[in-house]
Amino acid sequence: MALLDNIPHETVGSHRPWPRAAVAEAGWKKAIDRLAQGKCTLLGLWGDGSEVHMALLDGKAGDIAVVSYACKDGKFPSVAARHPPALRLERAISSLFGLEAAGSPDPRSWLDLGFWDLRHPLGKRKPAGKREPYVFLPVEGEALHQIPVGPVHAGIIEPGHFRFTANGERVVRLEQRLGYVHKGIESLMAGASLKDAAALAGRTSGDSTVAYAFAFARAAEAALQVEPPRRAAYLRALAAELERLANHFGDIGAICNDASFALMHAQCGILRERTLRAAEACFGHRLMMDVIAPGGVACDLAPKGAAAARALVAEVRKVFPRLIELYDNTASLQDRTVTTGIVRADYARQFGAGGYVGRAAGRSFDTRRDLCYAPYDELKFEVPVLEAGDVNARVWIRIREVEQSLSLVEQILDALPAGKIKTAFKSSSRACEGMGLAEAFRGDVMVWLRLDGKGRVARCHLRDASWFQWPLLEVAIEDNIVADFPICNKSFNCSYSGHDL
Amino acid sequence: MRRTLFESLSHGPLTEAPPAPDKAALAELAKSVDRAARARLGRSLSIREVDAGSCNGCELEIHALNNAFYDLERFGFHFVASPRHADVLMVTGPVTKNMREALLRTYNATPDPKWVVAVGACAVDGGIFAGSYAVAGGVKDVVPVDLHIRGCPPSPTELLKGLLALLESSNRKARV
Repeated sequence: MALLDNIPHETVGSHRPWPRAAVAEAGWKKAIDRLAQGKCTLLGLWGDGSEVHMALLDGKAGDIAVVSYACKDGKFPSVAARHPPALRLERAISSLFGLEAAGSPDPRSWLDLGFWDLRHPLGKRKPAGKREPYVFLPVEGEALHQIPVGPVHAGIIEPGHFRFTANGERVVRLEQRLGYVHKGIESLMAGASLKDAAALAGRTSGDSTVAYAFAFARAAEAALQVEPPRRAAYLRALAAELERLANHFGDIGAICNDASFALMHAQCGILRERTLRAAEACFGHRLMMDVIAPGGVACDLAPKGAAAARALVAEVRKVFPRLIELYDNTASLQDRTVTTGIVRADYARQFGAGGYVGRAAGRSFDTRRDLCYAPYDELKFEVPVLEAGDVNARVWIRIREVEQSLSLVEQILDALPAGKIKTAFKSSSRACEGMGLAEAFRGDVMVWLRLDGKGRVARCHLRDASWFQWPLLEVAIEDNIVADFPICNKSFNCSYSGHDL
Repeated sequence: MRRTLFESLSHGPLTEAPPAPDKAALAELAKSVDRAARARLGRSLSIREVDAGSCNGCELEIHALNNAFYDLERFGFHFVASPRHADVLMVTGPVTKNMREALLRTYNATPDPKWVVAVGACAVDGGIFAGSYAVAGGVKDVVPVDLHIRGCPPSPTELLKGLLALLESSNRKARV
């Protein structure tokens, strides 16, 4: 059954590659029914003037549809009232656009921490009033105590606030408050040229700069009906796999470091550095910022790039198996990771958790395979899935993905087509819309884009995988000891900047 | 584990020779590093990193300073968990309005003498995020800055050059 069947709607033209449908209240509620019944997955929910858009995913069929609801009196029927994964997205819409989710179980602000001069920056702006104190969820019981942490954390990491309520050492509730690194990216996008907007997309979350640029380029190309050359597609995937490798090495080491196992951290740090150096040899930038651009890639593979990438693969193949063995055979380390911070499979499915968070808890979804965008439709790889849902499983998913990425790098270099690296295109004279997804190391990144008729961005929405992972961390830490939070948090490694925008 | 450890011993250190201190950084620092401060701190400097709104790119490269190739600690630099233990605040990002107060509080919690190093293109003036309703500006718009290390993000080598300049100017002044 296609996603829009039985949902009364009118298809909106010039939205690509998946359909967008304008719905009235009945259609909107039908879509919510589908989500609540688990028949499809919420892929995104965002504001656009006085409209709200909701992206639905049928993961098995690899099908996506967007439904749009024009708010009446600034209100739309709450999705979160029946489908909790929508809650923070709705709260963000309310804070950024001033559109109210009627019937929402939690109307507190999100991202707006009361420090701006204005309210509803993306909707009808009005001056900010007096800053209201934020009310955390109530906790009741004898012998409970609270531990406030952040926004400034103890390590070299991003800022956010965690409010722990503990009974002795056991966490009974964690509540997150995010938004500290909100930079107003979507507001800066509006009116920007494609080039400037691509640069902003590439700086939404620095660790996933390639994935964001990839998703943004795909959205722009879908809107403008541009096909990048095959060589460009292959080079994009090379950059994306190098980025995945670098992040997975960093994460595996850092997770072990949070169990005070410094040797793994040091060894993985070496592999991460070697990966970044190979990336620089290939594309001239360690994090590969601005390499992917709408139409193709901004620079070709450097003459010594292929050799550097092959040398990296050889080195990792030599060293990494021993590190896996070390991880697997160190009882003190296993003691910290096995059965810690369990994500339940039904939550992973309900929230549509991407990346290692979902895959470690039985959700087999990977945009590279299930939406099979170029060049992954021509490459062979497996998507590892485990059931345990604990820190250990999230480590193992990363380990298995490292192996897959090594193979992908080799396949890309073996089959790298010759030819152009960019397709020239003209900006459309009519408004057009496009949507693009790419698989970042932590899960799927979604970019939705509307271009005006003058080659500028009218509206761009970026949705990080973290939106659907952060809430699961709150649940995963329950009943664990406070001291296990860092290792659990690191095993999620959610993005703050990608979430806060 | 033993095999990994022995091999690490046999292939020699990966740590690379340090780059020369950055000249521009030396010039910028000439104004701010005073002798009295240096005398009290000795050779080592404790750094507290504060992300005031970055995209996390700078953090990744700051992290890399601790890996075997750059080994920042050999120069006496050490990342600490509390501003109360710090001599240097290393601040990244455009300062978002949501982080301004937290940055100020961190600055005020750092004992004197202290230096502020602003890292990354955004930390100079907000970079590509300048002009947003949610951005307060560069780091210098919120707290006094002694040294800027530019780049998007600066590579570990560039970071090292800047930090070595900090160390050198403070030492030179101390000898006056």
